[in-house]
Amino acid sequence: MNTRLNKTALDEKSMLQFYASMKRIRRVEETLMALFSQGVIPGFLHVCIGQEAAPVAVSSLLEDTDYIGSTHRGHGHVLAKGVDLKRFMAEIFGRKDGCCLGRSGSMHLADKDKGVLGANGIVGGGIPIAVGASLAAKYKYPGRVAVVYFGEGAADQGTFHECMNMASLWDLPIIFLCESNGWSQFTPKSVHMKSKCVADRAGSYGIPSETLNNDVIEIHHAAEQAINRARAGEGPTLLEIKCNRWFGHYVGDQQKYRDKKFVSDAQNEDCLQDYVKQLKKKKILDAKHLKETDDQIESEIQEAVDFAKNSPAPEADDLIQGLYV
Amino acid sequence: MREIRYVQAINEAMHEEMARDSDVILIGEDVGPSGGAFGASRGLTEKFGERILETPICEASFTGMAAGAATCGMRPIVEIMFSDFLTVCMDSIVNQMAKMRYMFGNQYTLPVVVRAAGGGGLNAGPQHSQCLEAWFAHIPGLKVVMPSTPYDTKGLLKAAIRDDNPVIFIETKSLNAMKGEVPDEEYIIPIGKADVKHIGTDVTIVTAGRLVHDALEAAKMLDKINISAEVIDLRSIQPWDKDCVFSSLAKTHRLVVAHEAVKSFGFGAEISATVAEEMMCELDAPIERVGAPFVPIPFNIEEAYLPNAQMIVAAVKKNLTRTF
Repeated sequence: MNTRLNKTALDEKSMLQFYASMKRIRRVEETLMALFSQGVIPGFLHVCIGQEAAPVAVSSLLEDTDYIGSTHRGHGHVLAKGVDLKRFMAEIFGRKDGCCLGRSGSMHLADKDKGVLGANGIVGGGIPIAVGASLAAKYKYPGRVAVVYFGEGAADQGTFHECMNMASLWDLPIIFLCESNGWSQFTPKSVHMKSKCVADRAGSYGIPSETLNNDVIEIHHAAEQAINRARAGEGPTLLEIKCNRWFGHYVGDQQKYRDKKFVSDAQNEDCLQDYVKQLKKKKILDAKHLKETDDQIESEIQEAVDFAKNSPAPEADDLIQGLYV
Repeated sequence: MREIRYVQAINEAMHEEMARDSDVILIGEDVGPSGGAFGASRGLTEKFGERILETPICEASFTGMAAGAATCGMRPIVEIMFSDFLTVCMDSIVNQMAKMRYMFGNQYTLPVVVRAAGGGGLNAGPQHSQCLEAWFAHIPGLKVVMPSTPYDTKGLLKAAIRDDNPVIFIETKSLNAMKGEVPDEEYIIPIGKADVKHIGTDVTIVTAGRLVHDALEAAKMLDKINISAEVIDLRSIQPWDKDCVFSSLAKTHRLVVAHEAVKSFGFGAEISATVAEEMMCELDAPIERVGAPFVPIPFNIEEAYLPNAQMIVAAVKKNLTRTF
């Protein structure tokens, strides 16, 4: 997997788009954290700040007809896959105009038109579902692929191993995208995993794998290889991204299980700011473009928040609608 | 009319539906050329090739995969060899496929049939003999079907495969060899419709699965002592045919509910509670329930464990001697 023969040179437009997409996810998450602390968002919220690179890199290679399976920390995945920001925001607010009629909230976001098979409240729960989507792709829609996001915690679930086995056995067009952020809820990796990385586990199933830095360009190149292989019917790949979870497991988590120094070190590893530095160094991004992009993101987010706030709340009568076809 | 076995009815339904609709696939252990543990998938690989997926032993994952494939346009049938192994797939069934339609705001349909062989009678022991239908009937989003004859099995399985909702299809493995009339012509039995298998006027026996046959035997024994029992085969546990049960009770005013599963919290409890809530005043006596004792099913003394015709007769007699 280290020989990237088909590596495509990225044009400047794509590289700037990566910045805009990552920044957009970052600002959505920051906005949600602020709104959550004001008490206007019900339920639980798990933000993906520090982990924006992977979904942006991967989704830039996917079509609407490709599938993704996501996790409880799925905002970045679904936004990068193209879920409309207004309907996303209304969903998190639990309103009628949400992409799931307000029933799913943050933890179960899904959008059929964008191939989003759902964020998932069960750690690892999305893995069999996405592998099932890749099975449908193989039989019904050759050329389509599925990507399943999960963390290193989910890689301890039996279903992860079972699915790797079947995906390999049947050469399914799936990419196992592991975001190793170091924490399974409150438990550090050293406590639940002896192997150094999840990627090591792929070899025992005959699946090629690679461990990557949290760098959008590096991930893009590796994902391009993996997706091309999958589209060509050459089977699954596992990519593992070494990243950091900047904040607690959920918004409001006091994080008594990790010390302040650890948290500040984690936050110093910033895939977004590192990328800005790369772009500036290459003279692709200047201050004017940066400001224009950021301003545009701010107004789009504000519009989405207004949309969500103004969207009607569900009525009690909605409760029993649509359980069965 | 020709007669075929219960397991052949399953096999024919799958053959016909796979020939009719190329989106139908079969996923499970040993379902390939061997024809499956009970022979339900005989001849399917020869005819449908790669649409028959013989899996590694990993029920949780291939059941979850079926849910994922269903959201993307396939119509998977999952074979769980023994219904006891459904417990390994509870996340895939309960948290995922049962909820994906409702939770995601009706965007997806989940046309999955999970076929599983349930029940005792083969001395297969505590991990190969359970009746778990009530577990699934308790989960919003699932349908639960439990046929008792070859005719019902074929018609209901075809309905289940065409249904856009997840259906847990509990087959009774002790009935696999039982023969019954099945026409050559195609037919479908709608899910949720009960069948009055024996008409009577004195007492209503509501049952499903293997106990239907015990109830019919009981009805014959009762006939001999001039007690006329009506036997209702629910066929579907979720949804269950309340209209059929209530119309029968409007005639008999007496209810006995019988199932092979453990009596406590079995589907009989739901039927009894609903009748108690909604037509208690029409009843002439307290409801009787027949079910298995609250222990795992032992392999060596199944006869002592399994509910039977004599127990149903005893319950009917007890009911007839009681009043409020």
